[in-house]
Amino acid sequence: MTTLAMKNASAPRRDLKLAALKTVVFLLALVPLARASWIVYVGDAVNPVEFITRSTGTWALSFLLITLCATPLRRLSGWGWPLRLRRMLGLYAFFYGSLHLATYLWLDQMFDWGGIVHDIAKRPFVTVGFAAMLLMTPLAITSTQGWMRRLKRHWGQLHKLVYLVALLGVLHYWWLVKRDLTQPAMFALALALLLGMRLMHWRQNRRTPT
Amino acid sequence: MLIKKPADILPSEITSESVYFNRRAFMLGAAGLLLSQETLAALSGRKSPLSTLAPNDKANSLKEITSYNNFYEFGTDKSEPALYAGALKTRPWTVAVDGEAGKPRSFGIEELLRQPLEERIYRLRCVEGWSMVIPWIGFPLSSLLKQVQPNSRAKYVAFETLQRPSEMTGQRSRVLDWPYREGLRMDEAMHPLTILAVGLYNDVLPNQNGAPLRLVVPWKYGFKSIKSIVRIHLQETMPATSWNMANAREYGFYSNVNPEVDHPRWSQASERRIGELFKRKTQMFNGYGEQVATLYRGMDLRKNY
Repeated sequence: MTTLAMKNASAPRRDLKLAALKTVVFLLALVPLARASWIVYVGDAVNPVEFITRSTGTWALSFLLITLCATPLRRLSGWGWPLRLRRMLGLYAFFYGSLHLATYLWLDQMFDWGGIVHDIAKRPFVTVGFAAMLLMTPLAITSTQGWMRRLKRHWGQLHKLVYLVALLGVLHYWWLVKRDLTQPAMFALALALLLGMRLMHWRQNRRTPT
Repeated sequence: MLIKKPADILPSEITSESVYFNRRAFMLGAAGLLLSQETLAALSGRKSPLSTLAPNDKANSLKEITSYNNFYEFGTDKSEPALYAGALKTRPWTVAVDGEAGKPRSFGIEELLRQPLEERIYRLRCVEGWSMVIPWIGFPLSSLLKQVQPNSRAKYVAFETLQRPSEMTGQRSRVLDWPYREGLRMDEAMHPLTILAVGLYNDVLPNQNGAPLRLVVPWKYGFKSIKSIVRIHLQETMPATSWNMANAREYGFYSNVNPEVDHPRWSQASERRIGELFKRKTQMFNGYGEQVATLYRGMDLRKNY
């Protein structure tokens, strides 16, 4: 429906529709933050620091995977709009990831830099989580049109790092869980599916170059 | 980011005192003759000199104590026990105390509730890195064990939780090898700090906290304090314990609170007291070293974690 309408619409109308869609997604992506803030504000989180850490971490990982849905969705449906939302979704992954990291640095470690360095070096789940955030930072910085132009074909190569970031993110979750692996396993399955689709696409293209 | 300290007086704190009491008074007046005194009486315990609190140890609210629980029998999320433990029927309830004992026998919960009860306000330190202060009501485990007359072969005490997947929905998943099992060395079990709790905050134990009867060993990580106990077995060999069976490298038999011995995946040097924003330092034996350190004299606590 949307694509059909967009194709037939005049250019300004199409832009208007995309702007409306972007606004809606932008606001929807803030709902997890609003919800978490409200729960903490009214005192419903018995351990607010743990709650904020988990909530921001879960949503960072969720937005990473949602971002990774854009390309397969376009390939399967032919729709153009998923790619137009991809940057915003990726930046939201970085946004929630930054909140997650800030919570750890401030509320968990109280900016005890010695302790933080020790934690990153000694605890594998912290190491991979920190690495994921580190690798996501250049992707967020170079997400603008200007950087796309400047980096040319290297931009695409650089942004392939998002696969590694997602892998590290899932590993981070997997390694920190005490016993019940249900949730990290669900994230791992979703990621395997998304990466698998890319692998299939890549193999098909290699066989029949277009 | 909004971080608001909960109000000093929580609604739950008010209900724990006045509303419960008023409801009881009303019910006593209206239907007192029909209901047994036992089911109505709020529990109370004589204050104990063993409730050794530091000036900065303030009891957590009833809401905090009853809505943030690790009780995998009702789900692995800490909010789940409060949601699902209501399904557990805690009457009738008997606890078998047997094994290496001269007079093994079963105790009905009514009989256990008639033991002289004490209020023990203890710190509880979870292996996950958080802690609370909880006003338990209970009696020393030693007073129960003495009644069955342990013999000379009784070196260890093994405990078992009820296994009833129809009511304990978490037991339908095989996240742990059910029933939940725990154990203590005999001298730990007989130590005056070790209690069986039947209540908290002047009332019977809420289901999510291990009703109707649970162990409380305040110098060990919380998972040692097994909940909803149906069997206590005196034996010569060290018993298998649930978390040790699940992951021996991470959870040892002793599991004494020790800031110097880290969990393989996270530090145990500090903890977050529920209700406080920033972490505090974890104390050796959770601050009960003066009373219990002698139990472990000469032992390598790194090996015997």
